[in-house]
Amino acid sequence: MAEEMKVIVFTLAQEEYGIEVDKVRTIERLMPITRVPKTPDFVKGVINLRGVVIPVIDLRGRFGLEESELGENSRIIIVAVNDMEVGFIVDSANDVLDLMSDTIENPPEIVGGIKAKYLSGVAKIGDNRLLILLNLPEVLNRGEIVLLEQLGE
Amino acid sequence: MEMNQYLSIFIDEANDHLQSLNENMLRLEQQPEDISIVQVIFRSAHTLKGMSATMEFKDLASLTHEMENVLDLVRNGKLSMNGVIFDALFKCLDELEAMVQDVINGGTGSGDVTELVDRLKAIVKGDIGDGSAGAKSAAPKAATPTSLMLDQFQLSVLMQSLESGHRAYYIEVTVREDCLLKAARAYMVFDALERNGEVVKAHPSVQEIEQEQFDRSFAVYYISQVDESVLRDQVSRVSEIESVNITPVDQGTLTDLDNAAHVSAASASAEVQTATQQVAAAAPAASAAPSAEAPSAPRPSPQAAAGSAAPRTIRVDIDRLDSLMNLFSELLIDRVRLEQLATEVRRNDLTETVEHMARVSADLQNIVLKLRMVPVESVFNRFPRMVRDLAKSLDKKVDLVITGAETELDRTVIDEIGDPLVHLIRNAVDHGIESISDRVSAGKSEVGTVHLRAYHAGNHVFIEIEEDGKGINRPKVLETAIMRGVITAEDAKKLSDDEVNMLIFAAGFSTADKISDISGRGVGLDVVKSKIASLGGHVAVTSKLGSGTKFSIQLPLTLSIIAAMLIKLGSEKYAFPLSSIVETGSIRKENIRNVHGSQMIEFRNAIIPIVSLSSVVGSPDYNEQGEEETEIVVVRKGDKLAAVMVDEFIGQSEIVLKPLGKYLSSVVGVVSGATILGDGQVALIIDPNALIK
Repeated sequence: MAEEMKVIVFTLAQEEYGIEVDKVRTIERLMPITRVPKTPDFVKGVINLRGVVIPVIDLRGRFGLEESELGENSRIIIVAVNDMEVGFIVDSANDVLDLMSDTIENPPEIVGGIKAKYLSGVAKIGDNRLLILLNLPEVLNRGEIVLLEQLGE
Repeated sequence: MEMNQYLSIFIDEANDHLQSLNENMLRLEQQPEDISIVQVIFRSAHTLKGMSATMEFKDLASLTHEMENVLDLVRNGKLSMNGVIFDALFKCLDELEAMVQDVINGGTGSGDVTELVDRLKAIVKGDIGDGSAGAKSAAPKAATPTSLMLDQFQLSVLMQSLESGHRAYYIEVTVREDCLLKAARAYMVFDALERNGEVVKAHPSVQEIEQEQFDRSFAVYYISQVDESVLRDQVSRVSEIESVNITPVDQGTLTDLDNAAHVSAASASAEVQTATQQVAAAAPAASAAPSAEAPSAPRPSPQAAAGSAAPRTIRVDIDRLDSLMNLFSELLIDRVRLEQLATEVRRNDLTETVEHMARVSADLQNIVLKLRMVPVESVFNRFPRMVRDLAKSLDKKVDLVITGAETELDRTVIDEIGDPLVHLIRNAVDHGIESISDRVSAGKSEVGTVHLRAYHAGNHVFIEIEEDGKGINRPKVLETAIMRGVITAEDAKKLSDDEVNMLIFAAGFSTADKISDISGRGVGLDVVKSKIASLGGHVAVTSKLGSGTKFSIQLPLTLSIIAAMLIKLGSEKYAFPLSSIVETGSIRKENIRNVHGSQMIEFRNAIIPIVSLSSVVGSPDYNEQGEEETEIVVVRKGDKLAAVMVDEFIGQSEIVLKPLGKYLSSVVGVVSGATILGDGQVALIIDPNALIK
């Protein structure tokens, strides 16, 4: 049985990505970010989201893409996974789509330069639109932060 | 049935009842004659039994059931409390606590209660040492109409029904000797009676009758419309009933009963001498309990009234309080912004509204902060029981005097402070207070006193534990400290008395001649010290040989708000906890010296290392290299000092501590947390301990 799911669509380096809507808490405009020392480069720092301090990471940096200047369309998507709340900086976020689960295929090895383990699948929408679905627990894997720190020292 | 949603309520309430049981048992031990305390205990045990049975914790229910049986005998004067019963009941409380703890930890709440149940059953049967036997044999004699005293409430009910044309009867029912199911027959009698009227009072109580705890007869006061003969007919129709005795009650008899109740109530407050009197006095007190809700009911004693008056509270998840606080601090930031706008716009009505909002939010802030405050009572109230047990097992006599239990502390501090206090109190009773013979030969009273005090002073709460024991023996402490390698013999000579006293907090230190199972393994006090330090507090000890020792713990009011020094580093802002700052100042570049590859400065006749904060945090736009004179913050970790170079001081401020978020929690380093500044920006809090190696 194919199930319907809603995803938030955002863009990152001209590609379209999706996160299931129930994992997303809010989408915010850019706000001042306080840098946190001794963290990997992709950890941009922390923001004050209505009284709660939330870490923010740049998804481009997380996936090893070239980091670009933040612009008018940049957004911070706050996701909540495994009791963790983290903000993702993305190029833009402007759509919510209904997906049928049978349109999702396993990800190919490399999509847009992002390692396959960070992806949970690729959905085909319409004729030539591809939506890449993120594997959030892996994206937020803290083991890698620790590893990166050790390399830095 | 889905029970999970009730489990947390069960746990909370079970803990409350266990606490009340413990407290009242201790009170009862002081005043064994006070039946009103037994009432309170009985009610707690009864509720606990009901709750456990509903939640299907069978062992909990069966143990409380037996406790209830014993207590019931006591409150009806058929059993007088003695050491054996106290010990058995306290054992039961321990077992109950263990079982509830098991439930909290996700267990089934089962425990081996058979031994305790047997012990209680034996007590119920009168199978204990002397003292109780006399009271028990006196009981059946007293179980005549004289013991069927009515309290004011029941009397007034009877009076009123007589006035409104109902009839009142006094009915005595005796079942046949060979009756097998006494309780069932009694139930049928009650059933028959209640079809036509109302039972005002039964003796023995309905509960006891249901549990077959009556000999062969029972008596009731009964209000009805029907005739005596009809009544007799109905009751006699129940099989296995030997005789029914129905006496109509008129107003005259009631007045007599009323007088009698007054007399016995008066004798209850006086010293009760004989067992029979005890029973007579017990009856009105016992019957007063169920009608405690009725305002006209006489209170058994003011103490019991205070004990049963539950504070009007609700339980709130602490996470909700945290989010309330978060949202509120967000509101504060908006308020500051609004105030700015209002001054720019310069419109009177706007300014007034904003000012009003400022006042309201200030009040709101007070309330929100107070919501997290809990009286230390919730920690203190387990100590009387602990001291009692300790003193008993050590064969000492110890009084615990608690003052200031209403002092409030932040919930997070309350949760953490329990264990250190347990340690210190155990220590005071075990090592501080001398044995009875030692106390007598030292010319002190047999009973040692441990004072437990809590009070506010400024932004701190002090908790003191003071005993009048033998005090700290300086030579012995020094000897042990040197032997254990805590200090060297030369250093030992230079120490002041207070410094010597602080040695007992050193790791691996114990002065107890023999290790007891209570304290004295030498692992205690250093843990206490580090725990209190982790709460942002200090512990100090003063002692006088021969006359006692005082431990004084200083704690911050709250952990979520700390005083901090805000500093600037180029475009970034950081906060230093004020508690670790020794001094602020400035230093000229030429005064920084290179000592063996590291930079040092001279500070108050000592050479201390100097650290560049900008290089530690990797500041993007500030470097003190270019400056002739640099601001420094001197921070402390234990007795080590270090100077930290910063760009500019912003000022001192009370800040709300926030965690960095779980995602970054593995990033241990110079940052211990974050706070939100007045302009809504996040500033990081520097952990000075990480700057001192």
